[in-house]
Amino acid sequence: MPVYFDHNATTPLHPEALEAMQPHLTRPFGNPASVHRFGRAAHAAVQRARDEVAALLGCRATEVVFTSGGTESDNLAVKGVAAAQPGRAVLYGATEHPAVLEAAEALRATGTPVEVIPVGTDGHPDWQWLEARLVHGDVALVCLMAANNETGVVQDIARAARLAHAHDALLHVDAVQAAGKMPLDFAGVDIDLLAVSAHKLFGPRGVGALIVRAGVTVQPLHHGGGHEDNLRSGTLNAPGIVGFGAACRLAQQGMAERDAHCRALRDRLEAGLGAMDNVTIFAREQERLANTCQFALHGFDGEAMVMAFDREGFAVSSGSACHSEHGAPSHVLMGMGIEHDLAKAAVRVSVGPDNTEADIDNLLAALSRIRETPMAAVAAV
Amino acid sequence: MTIYLDHAATTPLASEAWAVMRAHLAPGAEHANAASDHAPGARAAEAVAAARAQVAALIGARPDEIVFTSGATEADNLALKGSLDYLGGGHVVTTRIEHKAVLDVAQHLETLGTPVTRVAPGADGRVTAEAVAAAMRPDTALVSVMWVNNETGAVNPVPEIARLCAERAVRFHTDAAQAAGRVPIDVGAVPVSLLSLSAHKCYGPQGIGALYVRRRPRARVTPQQHGGGHEQGMRSGTLPTHQIAGFGAAAALAAARVDADAAHARALADRLRAGLAPLPGLLVNGDPAVCVPHIVNIGFDRVHGEALRAATAELAVASGSACSAAAAESSYVLRALGRDDRQAGAALRISTGRDTTLAQIDRAVAVIGEAVTRLRAIAA
Repeated sequence: MPVYFDHNATTPLHPEALEAMQPHLTRPFGNPASVHRFGRAAHAAVQRARDEVAALLGCRATEVVFTSGGTESDNLAVKGVAAAQPGRAVLYGATEHPAVLEAAEALRATGTPVEVIPVGTDGHPDWQWLEARLVHGDVALVCLMAANNETGVVQDIARAARLAHAHDALLHVDAVQAAGKMPLDFAGVDIDLLAVSAHKLFGPRGVGALIVRAGVTVQPLHHGGGHEDNLRSGTLNAPGIVGFGAACRLAQQGMAERDAHCRALRDRLEAGLGAMDNVTIFAREQERLANTCQFALHGFDGEAMVMAFDREGFAVSSGSACHSEHGAPSHVLMGMGIEHDLAKAAVRVSVGPDNTEADIDNLLAALSRIRETPMAAVAAV
Repeated sequence: MTIYLDHAATTPLASEAWAVMRAHLAPGAEHANAASDHAPGARAAEAVAAARAQVAALIGARPDEIVFTSGATEADNLALKGSLDYLGGGHVVTTRIEHKAVLDVAQHLETLGTPVTRVAPGADGRVTAEAVAAAMRPDTALVSVMWVNNETGAVNPVPEIARLCAERAVRFHTDAAQAAGRVPIDVGAVPVSLLSLSAHKCYGPQGIGALYVRRRPRARVTPQQHGGGHEQGMRSGTLPTHQIAGFGAAAALAAARVDADAAHARALADRLRAGLAPLPGLLVNGDPAVCVPHIVNIGFDRVHGEALRAATAELAVASGSACSAAAAESSYVLRALGRDDRQAGAALRISTGRDTTLAQIDRAVAVIGEAVTRLRAIAA
C-alpha cells in the first residue's frame, strides 16, 4: 500500500467516527423527518452532530445547514446570496477553490456582476484593490478562503470581514481545508457564511455544511420539502452527519497535537527540499497550514512527477483533485502570478497524523531518484 | 417494541450494502479521492465505475448515463432546473401528486416565470396518459410524472406517458425513487429522458442518489452545482466512494430480488387489507389494483387524525410523506384524490419491507382495530 501524502484531497475516516456511524447503518434507522420513534431517534442524532459541528467552528447549532459536501456549501453560499441580492456584485479571490470560482463564474450568465480579487505571489489578496472596489457599495458578497488547498496559505479573514462589513457586503469563507487544522471562530471573526466538508477532517465523504449567520438571507439551491430551515431540501444523510459530528469533536480535541506532528514533518520535508538545487517552495515565508507543502522541481512536469511518485509508492498531488482541465497549470499558482512553467511543475504534499519521519525521508530519497531520471522520461509518461 | 412500517420514508441498509461500504470505511482501508491521479485514486474510481454499472443495470441504462447526486431531491432539482436552463425555458407539465422535490421546484420555476400545468389524478390515485396529453401545449418543454406515488403507492402509466412524449419530441422526466426495486424498470423499453433514483428508498445508504440522463436521443441538462466538473460536467463535487459502492450493492440486490420482494409485499398487503376490511368507516386511499403492494394507505371516517396516530404509536407509520411531516397540514396527495381535509388528515401510510413479517402485520391490524373502535365510540 502506498504512503498517503494527499490529505488535502481526502482523509481516511477516523475509526471513532466510523464507530459513531455504525449503529445508524446496521440497525433499523429512521428518516430524521419522520415523527415516529425511529425518526425522532435519527433527528436527535442529527441535532447532537449539529452541536459538535458548531462547537468546532464557533457558531450556533441553529446556524449549521447540512449539505452533501464542500462543493454544495460553496455553491449555496455564492448562488444563494446572489439570488437574494439580484444585480449586486460577487467578488472572489484568484486562488479560490473551483467550487467557489466556478459557482461565481456561472453567475455571469444570470447577469450578476462577477469580479476576481487579485492575489499576490505571497498568496494574499490585494487589500487595496478590494477596498477600492468595495467603496462603490454595490458588492453583495466577498469570497475569500480561510486557507488555500494547494499552497496552504492562511488568509486574513478577520480583515476581510471588517472590510466587507464596512461596505455593506457579506463575507463567504471557504474553510474546507482550514476546518480541523486550525482554530476557527465564526462568531468572533464575524463571518457571514462558511463552508466545511467532513471528508477533509477525517469524517465521511458526501456530507458537509454551510454555516449561515442568523439574519443572513440565502436563497436555496435545492427545493423539495423545506428541510434545514428551508435552506436545503432533501432527506438528511443521518449516518453521514453523525460521522461528521464525531469527526468535528475529534478534530477539536486533537488539533494542537496534530498540528505539531504535521508541522514537524512538513518542516523536515522542506529542509530536505531546501537543500536541493532548482527547487521552489511556494509561499514558504507565509503563514500556511501546518500539513501542506507545494513545491516545484524546475524543468519537470507536475503531473508526470505525480505519476513518478506513484510508481515509487507515494500518493501526492499536482494540485487540487477538483480541477476540470488536465494539463493546465494550477489556477492558484497562476493567480499568484507564478510563471507558467514553474506553475506546471508544482507538486503538493499534504501530510497527516499517520505519516512518519521515515515516510518523509523516503519521499525525499524518491525525489532524488526521480530528479536523476532524464527529464524526457518523466515528462513523456 | 415499535414495529417499523415506514419503508417508503427510508429503508434499513441491506447487510450486503453495509459490507461493501465498510470495506471502504474501515481502519486501514484505501480511502483516496476518486478524482486523484495516483494509483489509490484510480482504485477509488474503479469502485465508483463498478457501482455505476450496478445502478445502471437496475434500470437497463448504460453506465455513462448515470449521474450521481446526493439523493433523489437533488436529482429532481437537476432534472427540472437543468432541463429548463438547457432548453431556455418553456411550459412544464407535472401532476398534483408529485413528491415535494418536484412540486416545490415547479413552484419555484413558476415564480421565475415558467408556466406550469399540474394534472389531477383520478380517484384510483393514478394520472392518465390522456390527462397528460390534454395538458400539453405547443410550447411544452418538459413533462414530469412520478413512476410510483410515495403516499398511495399508485403506479402511473409511465411507459405510455413516455411514449406519448417521445412521439411529440418532448422531454420526459420521472421520479422513480419509490419505484426502483419495487417494479421492473427498463429505460431501454420505456423512452424516458431523465429518471431520478434514491439509494435509501431501496436498502442503500442515505445521502446518495442518481439522475439517469439519456444518451440517445441525448437529454442534456445544465449543471446546477459547479466546481471541478465531475460527472461529465453535470454535477461537481467529490464523489462519496463508500456511499456510491453501497448504492451499487443495493441496486444489484434490488435487481435480483425485485420479483421476490414484490411477492412478499403482496402477501403482506393481502393480509393487511383482509385484516382491516371489517373495520367500520375504512377508507382505502388509492385503488389496490393499481398500487404497489408495499404501500397501503388507509383512513377512517369520523376518526381524528392526531388521535389515531397517538393511539397507534406502537406502529412506526406515516401520516403522509416524511418530507412534509414538518408542515402540519393534511396530505395534498389525498386531497387531490378527492378526500376532504379531515379524511386526508386521518390517513395512515403503512409501508412494508423485506424484513416485515406476517406477525407484525397481524399486530398492526390489532393495534389499528382497537384504536379505531375506541375512537369511533368516543366520537359517537
